[in-house]
Amino acid sequence: MTRTGDPRMRPVIEVSDVSFGHNGKVILEHVSLKVRKGDFFALIGPNGGGKTTLLKIILGLLVPSGGTVTVLGQPPGRARSRVGYVPQFRTYDFSYPITVREMVLSGRLSHARFPWARYTPADHEAADRILERLRMAPLAERPVSALSGGEQQRAILARALVGNPEVLILDEPTVYIDAPTEVHFYNILEDLRKDLTVLLVSHDIGVISRHVTRVACLNRRLFTHDSPEITEDMIEAAYQCPVDLIAHGIPHRVLGDHPGEGGSR
Amino acid sequence: MMDAGILSFGFFQNAILAAVLASIACGIIGSLVVVKRMVTVSGGISHAAFGGVGLGYLFSIDPIVGAFFFSVGVALCIGIVKEKAGQEIDTLIGAVWAAGMAVGIISVSLAEGYTPDLFSYLFGNILLVPQGDIILMAVFSACIVAIVALFYLPLQAVTFDEEYARVMNLPVTALSLVLLVLTATCVIILIRLVGIILGIALLVLPAASVRGFTTRLPTMMAASVVLALVLSLSGLFLSYAWDLPSGATIILLGAAVYAVSLVLSRFSPARRWGGGTRSDRRLPQQEGPEGR
Repeated sequence: MTRTGDPRMRPVIEVSDVSFGHNGKVILEHVSLKVRKGDFFALIGPNGGGKTTLLKIILGLLVPSGGTVTVLGQPPGRARSRVGYVPQFRTYDFSYPITVREMVLSGRLSHARFPWARYTPADHEAADRILERLRMAPLAERPVSALSGGEQQRAILARALVGNPEVLILDEPTVYIDAPTEVHFYNILEDLRKDLTVLLVSHDIGVISRHVTRVACLNRRLFTHDSPEITEDMIEAAYQCPVDLIAHGIPHRVLGDHPGEGGSR
Repeated sequence: MMDAGILSFGFFQNAILAAVLASIACGIIGSLVVVKRMVTVSGGISHAAFGGVGLGYLFSIDPIVGAFFFSVGVALCIGIVKEKAGQEIDTLIGAVWAAGMAVGIISVSLAEGYTPDLFSYLFGNILLVPQGDIILMAVFSACIVAIVALFYLPLQAVTFDEEYARVMNLPVTALSLVLLVLTATCVIILIRLVGIILGIALLVLPAASVRGFTTRLPTMMAASVVLALVLSLSGLFLSYAWDLPSGATIILLGAAVYAVSLVLSRFSPARRWGGGTRSDRRLPQQEGPEGR
């Protein structure tokens, strides 16, 4: 992997020639990608294309059968306290007796040291700040089980952000929320983007919003032009069938160039 | 029938002490077991403990001590195999459950002489708790309280969202093993009260009954402790008054309370918030990671 002298030029996430197989089935094949500081990187592709697997490799939850990954210059798993993660489905039990504040605070445990006995005043301040920022403060003392789908999604986002991560990794964050909530969710993300590098995964090309700076298609192999544009050949290579890009009321700029946005970086 | 003098009997004081100690342990651990959905694993561990009782008889060790080491061993094995095998441990638990009991039955049959109190290990007898076992129960309960208090936050994180706990670099495997060993310890505490066969019910029923009425884990634990105490003391007095087997009486009371709680929880404050029904607000659960 290349390392330049200027740390700002070093990719935040660098995936080099990663392959992954499970039970004899090839899931990822020679995947390489670089996410640079300040990127809003969208990774799209069909279901079963390996998107979640790639994220889990980047998070260090799965070990690739070949290739290397670095996150913030470190092996995956080492930099976890600087990475926020919004999983694809709720990975927790809906009826668990926990309040929104407790759930958000638990995101601070990535900074805590053995034996993680108490939250510090700084932890509580960080939780208050992020709850305020995501307009969740009035819900802080509610049990998580009493939240709507959109509120749960914001609580999950708050937990990912409470540790002040440098990188935010989102896996299909809006699949189960309605359209207005989705718009609100992306507005929040846009607001947060100033201090964050974002890697977002979706199977639905409709979610590729105008905020995205770079995009790639993953279906076992990675198809990219290193630009914010999705081209028809990328889509067709990834989905292996012609895809109607106008389908979901996608902003027109998804296809072709749009001055003043993205461009070369 | 009961008379005012029964509290002065030594065995009655022991019984009440045993009920208090067991309630503390099973209220705390039972809550964690219920929210983590490890009821089946705990059932396997508690029944396998009979293997330790049998080996105790065979090698002339205190059967309770034998049961402790055996069930801790079983808990660690299940935890380690689970780590390797992923989610497919149903069969393993069933096998361990039955194999542990089989070890116990064979050991008891090989043990020389009469095994008088075997029945009380299986079904418990709160009226016949020896002084020495009270001390053992006190030590075990104190360990459970201390460990859960010390590791409360990471234990909450692991039982709430295991994958996220892993993403946060918490030692998820170690914490899960700690929880399994604490469960095994708790099962041993419950043997004298309700026995190996019924232990899982006293572990789980109080926590499951209060779950619908509590919105935080500490409240759930406290309410479970209180309910477990009410159940075991009621069972104790009923069994004394009507000469019923104490363990079974406690468990039947617990099952009845659980049934009532299922109905009442529809009106509980935990559901008061927000509008709509639960199913409206339910997001799909993770069905398994993509591509695995």
